[in-house]
Amino acid sequence: MLEKKKKAVEDFFAVLPYSKSLGMKIDFIGDGEVGMSMPYDKKLIGDPKTEVIHGGAVFSLLDTCCGAAAMSHPDQKGPTATIDLRIDYMRPATPKQKIKAVATCYNLTKNVAFVRAVALDENEEKPVAMAAGAFVTGG
Amino acid sequence: MAIKSPEPVAVIKKRRNKALSKLIKSIPYISFLGVEFDRRGDEITAILPFKNDLVGNPNLPALHGGSIAAFLEISAIIELSWMQIWREIENPKLKADYLIDLEILSLPKTIDFSVDYLRSGLPRDSYARAKVNRVGRRYASVHVEAWQDNRDRLFAQGTGHFLMPQPN
Repeated sequence: MLEKKKKAVEDFFAVLPYSKSLGMKIDFIGDGEVGMSMPYDKKLIGDPKTEVIHGGAVFSLLDTCCGAAAMSHPDQKGPTATIDLRIDYMRPATPKQKIKAVATCYNLTKNVAFVRAVALDENEEKPVAMAAGAFVTGG
Repeated sequence: MAIKSPEPVAVIKKRRNKALSKLIKSIPYISFLGVEFDRRGDEITAILPFKNDLVGNPNLPALHGGSIAAFLEISAIIELSWMQIWREIENPKLKADYLIDLEILSLPKTIDFSVDYLRSGLPRDSYARAKVNRVGRRYASVHVEAWQDNRDRLFAQGTGHFLMPQPN
């Protein structure tokens, strides 16, 4: 992967105020593939009974990760925006564990980037959530 | 035989507001995003006041897709829970005092949630209203619409399926 491109993706995602406020970090950037993580935090709790973080927080991580994957595709120029994104929540994320996401941009057309992603906690055998979406192709 | 006089409006409003605020305050993520709720009768509108922490693209600036999705999902869950609570607080026999006194409520769990981003979210306040299209004993299907300045120009919409809390 071109270092220049990698740097552009890194710089773009490092300054997003919303992602920053959730503590998201980039784990790796490849060609059309990005890994990100988000630490557990009490302020993200969505169900006070179980202390499981809100689905919206998991959605946010997956959306950010998918956007980064679309941007990191070799044929993608410039930033991107979400057209639609669907998340399936397979099981509650275990409280006090970091969430890791890996997104893949598996197809890029003139106007649309198609992306899939998975969210995991420490039990990597069973995903917490999966995402599928379409993103705007810039240029 | 004397006819029982209806409950004073102030008492009714107080009970409804107390139940709604109890529900909202129990969820930390709602205060993290800063979501507020406006209630008119049983209709509730979720409000997301603009703040810089919600921004995704600082160059435009535009709201982060994740903050919009979270806002929609919160609206859907609150509407769904509110519908369940409403039934109990409006029951003259229950008046749901036990519900208001309850420490923590059981919430519906999201099975899946799908968001359409129709326009970019401008740096202003956002509003959302959810409609429960189907609710059964186990599952519910909810649709949410979100707008900013103009009610007819939605900037995002979402549909989700939820697993209902089971009575013990």
